[in-house]
Amino acid sequence: MSSKKTMLRRRTFLGAGLSAAVAGASIACGGGGRNGAWRFFTAAEAETVEAIAEQIVPADRDAGARQARVVAYIDIQLTRHFKRYQKAYRQGLAGVDRASRAKFGKRFAELAPEQQTEALIEVEENSREFFDLILAHTRQGFYGDPRHGGNHNRVSWKMVGLPFPPVRGRQHYEDQPKVG
Amino acid sequence: MALKHVNAVVVGAGAGGGVVAKELSTAGLTVAVLERGKWYSAADCRKDDLRNQRITVLGNAFGPDDERNPRVAVDERGEQIVYASEAAYSNNAACVGGGTFSYGAMAWRYLEKDFRMRSSYGAVAGSTLEDWPISYSDLEPYYEKAEWEMGVSGDDTGNIFKAPRQKPLPMPPLSANKEHLTLEPAARRLGLHPFYIPMLRNSVPYNGRRSCMRCRWCVGFACELSARTGTHNTVIPAALATGNCELRTNAMVREILLDGSGRAKGVSYYDAAGHLREQTADLVIVCGGAVESARLLLNTKHKLFPNGLGNRYDWVGRNLQSHTYPAAVGQFDFDTYDDVGPGASIAICDYNHGNPGFAGGGMLANEFIRLPYQFLSLTPAWVSRWGPEHKEFVRTAYKRTISVMGPVQEMPVFDARVQADPKVKDYWGIPVARLSGHKHPHTLEIARFMAGKAEAWLKEAGAAQTWRRPVSNALSGGQHQAGTCRMGNDPKTSVVDKDCRVHDVDNVYVIDASVHVTNGGFNPGLTILANAFRASNNLLQAWKGTRVRS
Repeated sequence: MSSKKTMLRRRTFLGAGLSAAVAGASIACGGGGRNGAWRFFTAAEAETVEAIAEQIVPADRDAGARQARVVAYIDIQLTRHFKRYQKAYRQGLAGVDRASRAKFGKRFAELAPEQQTEALIEVEENSREFFDLILAHTRQGFYGDPRHGGNHNRVSWKMVGLPFPPVRGRQHYEDQPKVG
Repeated sequence: MALKHVNAVVVGAGAGGGVVAKELSTAGLTVAVLERGKWYSAADCRKDDLRNQRITVLGNAFGPDDERNPRVAVDERGEQIVYASEAAYSNNAACVGGGTFSYGAMAWRYLEKDFRMRSSYGAVAGSTLEDWPISYSDLEPYYEKAEWEMGVSGDDTGNIFKAPRQKPLPMPPLSANKEHLTLEPAARRLGLHPFYIPMLRNSVPYNGRRSCMRCRWCVGFACELSARTGTHNTVIPAALATGNCELRTNAMVREILLDGSGRAKGVSYYDAAGHLREQTADLVIVCGGAVESARLLLNTKHKLFPNGLGNRYDWVGRNLQSHTYPAAVGQFDFDTYDDVGPGASIAICDYNHGNPGFAGGGMLANEFIRLPYQFLSLTPAWVSRWGPEHKEFVRTAYKRTISVMGPVQEMPVFDARVQADPKVKDYWGIPVARLSGHKHPHTLEIARFMAGKAEAWLKEAGAAQTWRRPVSNALSGGQHQAGTCRMGNDPKTSVVDKDCRVHDVDNVYVIDASVHVTNGGFNPGLTILANAFRASNNLLQAWKGTRVRS
């Protein structure tokens, strides 16, 4: 009897866990912007960040910043550890769009990739502080731990050839002779 | 309710404080250790490459937190408030074990000349370069005690430059990794003397703890097996096991309490609940690290010491130093990185001294294991910072790059200093540390010379391309912070005597890297531990039951 009760409790628990996981996933998938679930960015800002990040780490034979969901990383952190950069992003992104409108007549996200490169070089020169900020955050979101919302599917770790799951306890079976 | 009086209150449970707590409590003294951070365990190895103690872009894993612990940094841009996870903060961990909880664990003995830099090289203009009041031979037995009691692995028999030792290291080295095997024959071809770095890390089971499993999460992380050795898994548990020692975490000390005659009677501190408490004690032993120890003395004001305790001649907080790290990077046409921790494995001491025209030098070693985000800092200047070229560099170079670097012994600068900020206060209302000053130009000259030597080693090892990482003259501090409460015989030019007792007061000691006159061309951990064993021993020799003999 007691085992049946335990089983029941376990099932309830698992069920609850599952729905929580699904809910979590749907928030993270807000990365698509479908239900406007960004924590900090507006849908338009998220598009701009994604386009900038993709310029910084473009897809080639390996995934780029878009597939790594770098924008999700930045969005999440702007409501946590990076709260103090909220203003810099709001102003910085508006500045990027202003500059690309002035140069090409369109928002940054709507430009052709080559135009984006050109526009971003200008941002790097004229708004160095904001560019350095988004450059650092893009690198973190691309190369950092997936738990923070970026590096989706560990794309960058696959790219550099880091084994996953990581090899541990190697010392016990791969002992090399001492040299020297 | 008043707290029970103790013989000694120890401020800070890091390298120095941990040893002091164990030595005093083992000798029968009652001890209260106040640590502002938490007590983390092996289970706190979260393997987070953006939030650990080395990469802190999402905060310090082992303290202090950004919210409660600001500092003020002064540089060319003026003065600004800095957070604990920012470089200009000059952080060392705030937790039980202090830096030794998450460090790389190199376990170096300084060389004989490192204790007499002034005698060896003469005065250096613009520097307060001086000899230690003790010699290597004074510290030698305590180096040995630290090595055997806590556990050091390695093999320095190939190091012909090492200072004489009575006993070998207690554990063999971990086997060589790929970087070691690549660099070792090259060093010999150059006529250098490579050897296995001594490490406070178990290579075999030792003292009831397991051996290293060589994982990726080493320096900056909690050791998942507790195979890496700090005070948190050796002397501090031993202190608590005596029954004479109590450790209080989340305890932020405000000031040392002094009686009318200027003798210490204890400390006041904020406990975990934020209540101000008084811990009375016969002895106050300050072990907060070079920045926080100086800050505590400066924040301790008295009519006899209007500028802070021990600061009669304006030496407290002066000479803040650490290490300048010249580095060269080599990119190879074959894989050199095997993802086997701890990574750092091979070193040379050929350039610590005897470099013509230079006052000292430093050890050179291969760098610790790195995770991809950390690797980006090795990118050469000619690779664009973004776009396809940068990505291609990371992809091809990640496993084919070796970095050789080393800690250059710095020329102490009087104006590189810690002060108590006149305006900014922390969460508890205590004036924060204010950091200002620069490195000595000669330190940078030595660093550039050393970078050249590192580059030559990489070239000889077959690197297709090499480059150097630039060094800056920004104030040195961080995990190797030292020098702010100089040890010396003359009260006019030092803060503590050779037993680490504050010149001004007979029952206040500073026992951490603050007392280092110079900081060696090595990671300072083992020297802090050894000196803490030595100072504790001398204190106990003078202990008369309620006070030390003056």
